Amino acid sequence: MTGEHRVKILVGYVPTPEGEAALDAAAAEAVLRGASVLLLNTSRGDAYIDNRYANQAELDAAESRLRDLGVEVTIQQAVGSGDVAHELIKAAEANEVGLIVLGLRRRSPVGKLILGSTAQRVLLESPVPVLAVKVPTPHD
Amino acid sequence: MISLAVFNDLLHGFSTVLDPMNLLWAVLGVTLGMLVGILPGIGPALTIALLLPITFNFSDPIGAFIMFAGIYYGAMYGGSTTSILINTPGESASVATAIEGHKMALKGRARAALATAAIGSFVAGTISTVLLTFVAKPIGNLASEFQSTDYFAITLLAMVAVTALVGHSLVRGLLSLTVGLFIGLIGLDSLSGAQRYTFGTLRLLDGVDVVIVIVGLFAIGETLHVASKLRSTPDRPAVLEKGQLRTGYLNKSDWSRSWAPWLRGTALGFPFGAIPSGGAEVPTFLSYTIEKRRARKAGRKHPDEFGDGAIEGVAGPEAANNASFSGVLVPLLTLGLPTSATAAVMLAAFQIFNVQPGPQLFEDQGTLVWTLIASLYVGNLILLIMNLPLIQIWVQVLKVPRPLLYAGILVFACLGVYSLSGSGYEVLMALLIGVVGFFMRKLDFPIAPVILGVILGPTMEEQFRRSLVISNGDASVFFTRPLSLIIIVLTVLALFVPYLPRIVARIRGTQASRDRLTFGEDD
Repeated sequence: MTGEHRVKILVGYVPTPEGEAALDAAAAEAVLRGASVLLLNTSRGDAYIDNRYANQAELDAAESRLRDLGVEVTIQQAVGSGDVAHELIKAAEANEVGLIVLGLRRRSPVGKLILGSTAQRVLLESPVPVLAVKVPTPHD
Repeated sequence: MISLAVFNDLLHGFSTVLDPMNLLWAVLGVTLGMLVGILPGIGPALTIALLLPITFNFSDPIGAFIMFAGIYYGAMYGGSTTSILINTPGESASVATAIEGHKMALKGRARAALATAAIGSFVAGTISTVLLTFVAKPIGNLASEFQSTDYFAITLLAMVAVTALVGHSLVRGLLSLTVGLFIGLIGLDSLSGAQRYTFGTLRLLDGVDVVIVIVGLFAIGETLHVASKLRSTPDRPAVLEKGQLRTGYLNKSDWSRSWAPWLRGTALGFPFGAIPSGGAEVPTFLSYTIEKRRARKAGRKHPDEFGDGAIEGVAGPEAANNASFSGVLVPLLTLGLPTSATAAVMLAAFQIFNVQPGPQLFEDQGTLVWTLIASLYVGNLILLIMNLPLIQIWVQVLKVPRPLLYAGILVFACLGVYSLSGSGYEVLMALLIGVVGFFMRKLDFPIAPVILGVILGPTMEEQFRRSLVISNGDASVFFTRPLSLIIIVLTVLALFVPYLPRIVARIRGTQASRDRLTFGEDD
């Protein structure tokens, strides 16, 4: 925290429980560090339907949630970039963020084999620390 | 009495279609039809073409035709699902549905829109099948009076009329038709034994198989087209509201607003299916326009709902596109005349099974025809029962990344072509035609005229030459027989139909609009 400008936190947001958990963690972290948040939502854009691409109402809700905590937010949405992990890292580098926050979900080994794991790639390739969050379950 | 004989025949048809195996074909056909109906770029014409090689192994053609018919009207319905939920019409016949249907879904009335489409399809399908039941045989009897000059004229009418109505430019349409006619000419001339356009290779002596042309143009060409513009903003399906009433999901006012558009849609769809207008595109838009105009005129009850999710705008077009299928069957069964691309592929299927549609069909293949007609009643019922429960599955299908989806289709298409002959030569041929099809799509040339040209061209030539042989080479025979002359005059008039709005405007002396009646590619 030596720079003149404030620290930025990048959160990979999807309108799912994992995404909401990531958003919560990012908000808490932003309050703690006095940082601003860059919210990124992407879709590969190669399917006719993608529930992970947020609509305006969801983006507005996420934005107001952060604003209510007094956190400054910038929202970015991108389609068709091909690779979500790459997109996140690119955004992290371009905006010089200090932290990436991600939601994790349980994937079967087969699912991982076929589709790969975005989270794993971000964890391995990110130039900055990554905070990975799980959805809180009643069992935990 | 004629009508009693019809009932007898129909009951006989039902007894065949209720055979468990045939019922299975009906269920399979309808399900496949709905699946291809929701997938943009893949239509019933392609699906039937892909399945043609498989059905070669069927011992009797009845099961195959039950399945093919199911695919056709299943696709007519299936297109409405994506139109309503994600505003992406899977079929050209469902474009009109998307206008109001998606608006309804955005207002949280997706279930009602889907229900009025489903029940409307059922009502229209059933009524138009009743019409088909009673109309088909008399028309077949009438057609038995036809001579070769009439057949020539009517084939010409079918090709020209569909070409004139499909696509954005008449010249492009006619060029497409010419390409189709050319492909149809390749091979040995059946009368003289001369080789035509074989370029000296033995491979081309038998001509180019229709299946190869269809798979190439529709499957491969279309897949390349989708692949060339792969990335776009994905949609999210409108949320299906939890059904309060399990039956129908339509409330009382929905019912009372839906039934009249269903009936009007049926009244439009059936005759437009029967005349060569390229299938379901024209009647669906007419139905939409009429419902809109009526709503404006009535004005009191639901004044400005059109454009904002009016249920009439879903009920009418969906009824029209299903009714058009039974209409399409009238000329197909009685005259052997396809009026849309899918009907042309079905005609090819008939020919593969050595069944010649036409006036003699009802005599020679009574069981086949009546079973086919009976299967329409049963299939429409299956469609009504299955469609709402299956919607969640269709949504999952649309979540599959398109590269996987269309690569799978491409593989299946190549397998189908390979299974025709077991040689890679046919596959290469299909790929070549596919590349041609891709550029045709890119450059806005319609595909349907090509298919009609390939399938109807040889028939037209045969009838043309037979007429000339009978008349000793006197070409005036086409103009001296009144029926032939009337049909040829109609053919010429069909060329002017797309310019009707401009002509009307000119006569009325109003501002000549630059509009031209155009209709998208139909399957």
